[in-house]
Amino acid sequence: MAASVETVEKVQSLGERYKHGFVTDIEMETAPKGLSEDTVRFISAKKNEPEWLLEWRLKAFRHWLEMPEPQWAKVDFPPIDYQDAYYFAAPKSDDDKPKSLDEVDPKLLETYEKLGIPLREQEMLAGVAVDAVFDSVSVATTFKKKLEEAGVIFCSISEAVQKHPELVQKYLGSVVPAADNKHACLNSAVFTDGSFVYIPKGVRCPMELSTYFRINAENTGQFERTLIIADEGSYVSYLEGCTAPMRDENQLHAAVVELIALDDAEIKYSTVQNWYPGDENGVGGIYNFVTKRGLCAGRNSKISWTQVETGSAITWKYPSCILKGDNSVGEFYSIAITNNMQQADTGTKMIHLGRNTRSRIISKGIAAGRSAQTYRGLVSLGGGAENARNHTQCDSLLIGDRCAAHTVPYIVSKNRSANLEHEATTSRISEDQLFYCRQRGIGEEDAVALVVNGFCREVLQQLPMEFAVEAQKLVGISLEGSVG
Amino acid sequence: MATEALTVSEIEGRWRDLAGTLPGAGIDWLDDFRAQGLEQFRASGLPGPRLESWKYTNLPRALRDRSYTPAATAQRTSLDRVASLLPAESTRLRLVFLDGRFSAEHSQLADLPEGVTLAPLSRVLRDAPQRLEGLLQAADYDRERALQALNDALFDEGLLLSVSSGIQLDTPVEVIFVGGTSDEAVESHQRLVVSIGRGAEATLVEHHQSVGSGNGLLNLVSDIHVAAGAGLTHLRVQETGDESVHLAGTHLQLERDARYRSLAFTSGAALSRHEIDATLLGENADVTLDGAYLLRGRQHGDTTSVIRHTVPHTSARQTYKGALDDRARGVFQGRIVVEQDAQKTDGRMLNKTLLLSEKAEIDSKPELEIFADDVQCAHGATAGELDADALFYLRSRGLSQEGARALLVEAFVAELIEDFPVEALRPALLERLQHWLLGTS
Amino acid sequence: MLEIKNLHATVDGTEILKGIDLSIGAGEVHAIMGPNGSGKSTLSYVLSGRDGYEVTEGEVLLKGQNLLDLAPEERAAAGVFLAFQYPVEIPGVPNTTFLKEAVNAVRKSRGESALDAMQFLKVLRAKVKELGMSDEYLKRAVNAGFSGGEKKRNEVLQMAMLEPALAVLDETDSGLDIDALKAVADGVNALRGPERSMLVITHYQRLLDYIVPDRVHVLSQGRIIRSGGPELAKELEAKGYADIIEAAA
Repeated sequence: MAASVETVEKVQSLGERYKHGFVTDIEMETAPKGLSEDTVRFISAKKNEPEWLLEWRLKAFRHWLEMPEPQWAKVDFPPIDYQDAYYFAAPKSDDDKPKSLDEVDPKLLETYEKLGIPLREQEMLAGVAVDAVFDSVSVATTFKKKLEEAGVIFCSISEAVQKHPELVQKYLGSVVPAADNKHACLNSAVFTDGSFVYIPKGVRCPMELSTYFRINAENTGQFERTLIIADEGSYVSYLEGCTAPMRDENQLHAAVVELIALDDAEIKYSTVQNWYPGDENGVGGIYNFVTKRGLCAGRNSKISWTQVETGSAITWKYPSCILKGDNSVGEFYSIAITNNMQQADTGTKMIHLGRNTRSRIISKGIAAGRSAQTYRGLVSLGGGAENARNHTQCDSLLIGDRCAAHTVPYIVSKNRSANLEHEATTSRISEDQLFYCRQRGIGEEDAVALVVNGFCREVLQQLPMEFAVEAQKLVGISLEGSVG
Repeated sequence: MATEALTVSEIEGRWRDLAGTLPGAGIDWLDDFRAQGLEQFRASGLPGPRLESWKYTNLPRALRDRSYTPAATAQRTSLDRVASLLPAESTRLRLVFLDGRFSAEHSQLADLPEGVTLAPLSRVLRDAPQRLEGLLQAADYDRERALQALNDALFDEGLLLSVSSGIQLDTPVEVIFVGGTSDEAVESHQRLVVSIGRGAEATLVEHHQSVGSGNGLLNLVSDIHVAAGAGLTHLRVQETGDESVHLAGTHLQLERDARYRSLAFTSGAALSRHEIDATLLGENADVTLDGAYLLRGRQHGDTTSVIRHTVPHTSARQTYKGALDDRARGVFQGRIVVEQDAQKTDGRMLNKTLLLSEKAEIDSKPELEIFADDVQCAHGATAGELDADALFYLRSRGLSQEGARALLVEAFVAELIEDFPVEALRPALLERLQHWLLGTS
Repeated sequence: MLEIKNLHATVDGTEILKGIDLSIGAGEVHAIMGPNGSGKSTLSYVLSGRDGYEVTEGEVLLKGQNLLDLAPEERAAAGVFLAFQYPVEIPGVPNTTFLKEAVNAVRKSRGESALDAMQFLKVLRAKVKELGMSDEYLKRAVNAGFSGGEKKRNEVLQMAMLEPALAVLDETDSGLDIDALKAVADGVNALRGPERSMLVITHYQRLLDYIVPDRVHVLSQGRIIRSGGPELAKELEAKGYADIIEAAA
């Protein structure tokens, strides 16, 4: 089987590379529990980082100490004990990389299979390159060659720090400054890995890039850092899927994603987030405190965020666009589903600075069980945003009488030639629709999934095909037990 | 004597001097009510932009270089006439306040129908203070409500309108607040107490105007209670001078089957803020809050409202539309809260703003906060300039650029005026709208 | 095929059906006529099992199976189809998806294998053609933005796909002009067959010119007050409900 052989080779080559990537004089695989300057130094040393990056991390850490937690979101959780977590964990097999797929932990393979990316079938997923992050270190990268031919850089951010320090130094923190908010600040201090993408001028990335993140080890916070730069006239579609196994304790996930689109470039960023949401009593689950922001730096650039958020105990996330370049376009398409005791405060910010900038927001929120959900969005049309346009549609659907849905849009317009429309509705799932489906033979839970998928259709359509199917299934799974 | 405006130390000093002389001083429940208000204000201080609902309105900065003379000690000049929104031939019930002092001379309180109480608060507190007990609604303990707490402590005038059960009061009650009647900048804290009894009906016309630029500060709190099956129609026109500061808070409570409908027309003041807190307490209660704002120069106008649905089958409509010219800034923060028991709520909110100049700004925050599932709620917001196609169409039919613009703005705002149910009041509003449009560039 | 015995039902505590007896043989088409408020729509919802319609007495048997214990989707699987008076819009769900879900759910509960996408589309396209409809229907969301006539034809298409044993047509003529009415009636007539019974509920005789029933029943105040052949419908049209109801009283 040619496919398997090729994959095996990739995994092996990867192992060798990583052997070189690590400092050997540190024996520990896991940083000591807790957070201090020493933790930050440990991580930086472990990753053999240049001095400037260590300094940048330390500065962020010192800032983090001073910064208050953001209080404005409608989410409720006990204070986080930052000292009761590990900030770095590498897979146990690090210094003994598998020689063939047979040596790969079958549980790992099983997990990937559940995630829909079986390594053995990588080649069949034509057009999808996967940089899988298992806990903190990349263990497999595929399709590297094809990308290299196109001049695309797609690697872990640790690798990029070593190989492309000039790009990292130029753009890291340029969209989300280290001191942006408490969670982003923490990420800046202790980020362990994540993806780095650079698409050179005029290149249309030949395949969808995809990363699956996974939190596995207990008591490990995961702090990925993703940086995507689309140079002039380039295009990339990036897919991110997330899941995590069941744990009783809450785990913190504070990622930062920065996107930069230069003149005429386009970045499409899609997320299906299905972190463990906790059980029906709200025990366990991920705290997903993520800062995602894109800068349309160039003229005619475009950044499009699509997210399907069904997991996490608490979601705090506002993928945003700064529309600086004239004629630039920002889009935000979101489905957020909360069930049981989940809480989500999510939305977007569209900051219009340039002339003729356009933005579009479509948000579909579904709350069931005892969950609480908030759409929070800012549309700001600045004085220089001549002829800017925004259209926002934000709909909430409630299932059951113990959930809550809130809509908190902030609208600031300082430009008369700019035009803005915002519409929002909140309603319950319709009895009539459910009865109609059931009369046609469709069971109650399937009927709910069908109606909800219809409600979300405008957003689902934005997802790349392989994600759209998974997302539709997730809608049904997430709402299990919400009726009857 | 001028003092620094509304700082905690200034208010504390004034309290020491004035507390004993405020109307109703010595009445236990009222003393407690005032003391609680003071305590709350002392804890909060003047609300600043760090508070969520004050994000877009910087009151401390607006008051920084201003100082005021308390209404109690200000000297007033006499006034020949007071403008009215009602047609000249109307029968009247009218109260007029000149910079916080009741003016019997301009008021008309004769021939009060049976079952209707209408009197200045100073008189009620002197003659029958018990009538107010239970009608004054204390500010929630909330830093964002500090101005209402301040009013709780310091109010010294205003009016009581009480309509007994079953009375249909056909004559509109006109209450006129005139600023700028003193050579000094006057600060006054007023209270408007309205109680509409079961099945009763009334119309209230609240009119704020100034002599000249009216450089005073008014802090007005309204306590409005509409009992079961009762209805109140409320027109509120705020066209005070462009130096004045106008701060108003309305507590509104509606019982079962009660109806309240208001139109707030705002074109005045350097800085104005109207906070509305409407609570629908009984089934089938129905509230309509409409507003029109026309601002120019460096005017700043803020409407911040909360509509609370607490029981099933209540409905609310809120439509605020405005036009902003020059460097004016409009703020609309509307929140619909649907509590867990409030199934079958029907709530709709709309905010539309025309920006007529390059420097004008609108900050809009229409919020839905929903804890019940069987509801229909929606909100919408738009901001932008006049429709270019419509402008072109009108010009192709021979209208000038200015004429076409004025016509479109007029149509945009007039819609609200034409929806207002009291026909006799519409001409005065349309006249004001047209007058305002003459000043647009 | 269908046996209704002494059926009593309440809505919000008010008794609407007050003892209905009705028997429809295999392949028969019966019409129920009655003025507004007589309980016509209630009967259709009781047969299909809508929440809020409480049966207090009596029984309903379809091919000997008691329907009243079943959930709506189980009744659908057992062969009950209700053509809605007001077909419900389901935004975002394409007609094809909806029909496929429904057909496969019903097949599954009957122990049949699910149709794959290709098989399903083949059957669907054939039915669409038979009914003289356009394929364009299939891509649109269920009933969303359909005209009154389109909605009713869509109900007939669903009926054709689900092949019920008992079709209940609730005021299928309401809101239709004569051309649309004829088209819908043609579709229904094409689905008549020896193994399928139909219950046509209507206020007007007009529909029965096109879907000619075997029996006509007059419903008034929750009871069937008169039954007869198709000529009864003509008599109703000529005399009006008032006379018939009075005569029966």
